[in-house]
Amino acid sequence: MQGNRACCEGALAAGCNFFGGYPITPSTEIAELMALKLPKRGGTFIQMEDELGSMGSIIGASWTGARSMTATSGPGFSLMMENIGYAVMTETPCVVVNIQRGGPSTGQPTMSAQGDMMQCRFGSHGDMATIAVVPSTVQEMYELTAKAFNLADRFRVPTFVMSDETIGHMREKIVIPDKVDIVPRKPLLEGKLPFEPDEDGVPGFAQFGSGHRVHVTGLTHDERGYPDTTDPEVHEKLVKRLYNKVESKRHEIADYDAVNTEAETVFITYGPCARTVRQVLHDHPGECIGHLNLRIVWPFPEDTMKLFTNAKTFIVPELNLGQMVREVARHTTGEKVVSMPKIGGHIHTPAELYRAVEAER
Amino acid sequence: MTTRVFEKWYREDRLPHIFCTGCGNGTVMNCAIKAVDTMQWEIDDTVFISGIGCSSRAPGYISTDSLHTTHGRALTFATGVKMANPDLNVVVFTGDGDLSAIGGNHFIHACRRNIDMTVICMNNMIYGMTGGQGSPCTPAGKISTTTPYGATEPTFDLAGLAVAAGANHVARWTSYHTKELTKAIETGLSTEGLSFIEAMVQCPTAYGRRNKLRNAIDMVEWMRTHSILLQKARRLEAEGKPIPEDHFTVGEFVNRHRPAMGVKR
Repeated sequence: MQGNRACCEGALAAGCNFFGGYPITPSTEIAELMALKLPKRGGTFIQMEDELGSMGSIIGASWTGARSMTATSGPGFSLMMENIGYAVMTETPCVVVNIQRGGPSTGQPTMSAQGDMMQCRFGSHGDMATIAVVPSTVQEMYELTAKAFNLADRFRVPTFVMSDETIGHMREKIVIPDKVDIVPRKPLLEGKLPFEPDEDGVPGFAQFGSGHRVHVTGLTHDERGYPDTTDPEVHEKLVKRLYNKVESKRHEIADYDAVNTEAETVFITYGPCARTVRQVLHDHPGECIGHLNLRIVWPFPEDTMKLFTNAKTFIVPELNLGQMVREVARHTTGEKVVSMPKIGGHIHTPAELYRAVEAER
Repeated sequence: MTTRVFEKWYREDRLPHIFCTGCGNGTVMNCAIKAVDTMQWEIDDTVFISGIGCSSRAPGYISTDSLHTTHGRALTFATGVKMANPDLNVVVFTGDGDLSAIGGNHFIHACRRNIDMTVICMNNMIYGMTGGQGSPCTPAGKISTTTPYGATEPTFDLAGLAVAAGANHVARWTSYHTKELTKAIETGLSTEGLSFIEAMVQCPTAYGRRNKLRNAIDMVEWMRTHSILLQKARRLEAEGKPIPEDHFTVGEFVNRHRPAMGVKR
């Protein structure tokens, strides 16, 4: 199965019933498959006039209770940024798939990249926290897309599937589980205000049409949802809560593989670079090379690095000029950090990565 | 004496509203609420949606579920709401800048799709919220903070745009013509497909002040004397006579039955 198709299948298994999108290489297969499959399942597919519209439509749909999603690539992702911030501010659950390609600008539409890793975290204006999952196999594309819906609903935050052309267009055998866990968003309870958080920092959801008569605004608002844009305390309380509801759970929701935790030299990867590291480990079975692969990169689970108690060097291969390596570097406690950037559209070869291991001997 | 009308449709705890003294937006809001009330719609089945600007603050005062969205994008959110749950009644409040400048593309595509909703544009010919900059509807020669020597760009005919793009029902009235406006909105609400109502409104604060229409009454009077019924304009046209300068047409531009999307199940 192709990665992009696995993304659709995972979304549908998770109950996705609304897709608003706009064609863009290399993500288009996702929109095409959703157009084919959603109407037959009673869901809604709509091709919007641009990516600003895609993002607006999935937020609107989400307020009616839909599990909504869009899929895009770099240029479209840039266009979505304003409404992504709106989804953060209004705590609207939604899933945004970014099949990354080479940028900046139109760049390399058919080639692989991981250049938007900071954009999905810091791309919209203002302080915020978001969640990003990154698959390294077609199987993970299925599983993590499904998981993204549960994370989006649980935290009421836009959740990103930050894949790339390599995984999106790769074909692999996958095992489709009989059932995918669906954890729906919790409803707003009687007596609670629509933006009054429960103990976990997340308010219950006042679905449109359910009688709660909620006012939803991107302006700074109080727990009633009413604008209050000049009181510093109201703003600080709201934005800190939106930030902390995600960031405070980063270790609980961490999703990763840690291999050879006794190693001194450790690769830290996310997405397709994990595949090359697995090949290196496979080719050099006698050597103790550590590998930490992150399936959730935002919020960044820095505690996972501490699993490698003997680590002296962290090597971070990425398909960009070095983005997540900064996040690794700021959480080290004396270990050396080696950035292995690669752009142009091809992933690292095993030989390239093994040379980096040899250099640390 | 104060007479309160349609009280149940308003959030009393949000009043007073932020509209300036003399603003026409409240009048349009009242006309819309009257029309909605006449339709006997349920509060809990109705959603008001808006973008950014003076007009877009209106849903915040209405007691239904409401989405106050991003600048220019209200129609995309409304598309999502209506396509995901066609059983909800959707009304969009927008302004000339919100709808036709930053949101122009969404406007024509929403009309083309002919999604079953009513879009009410409060056209004050200016950016009011940001203090009086020129919009695509600022008439030639008029003064704004970004057209200090008089606007030089041609304006958009919003109603004409909606007709050309495919909306099922299109009308234009002003905050002077409250009965006609209310009736037009009512027709819009009961029309399957997209209904576009352009409501010309006075903005004494940001527009009139700079254009010798400082008092609200002066501006309302200007709208009364410069609006010309569509039928009359067409008659003049047929007779080969010019439509007087600075005049604009009011009335029902179209009422048709193109296939619509997002219609109640």
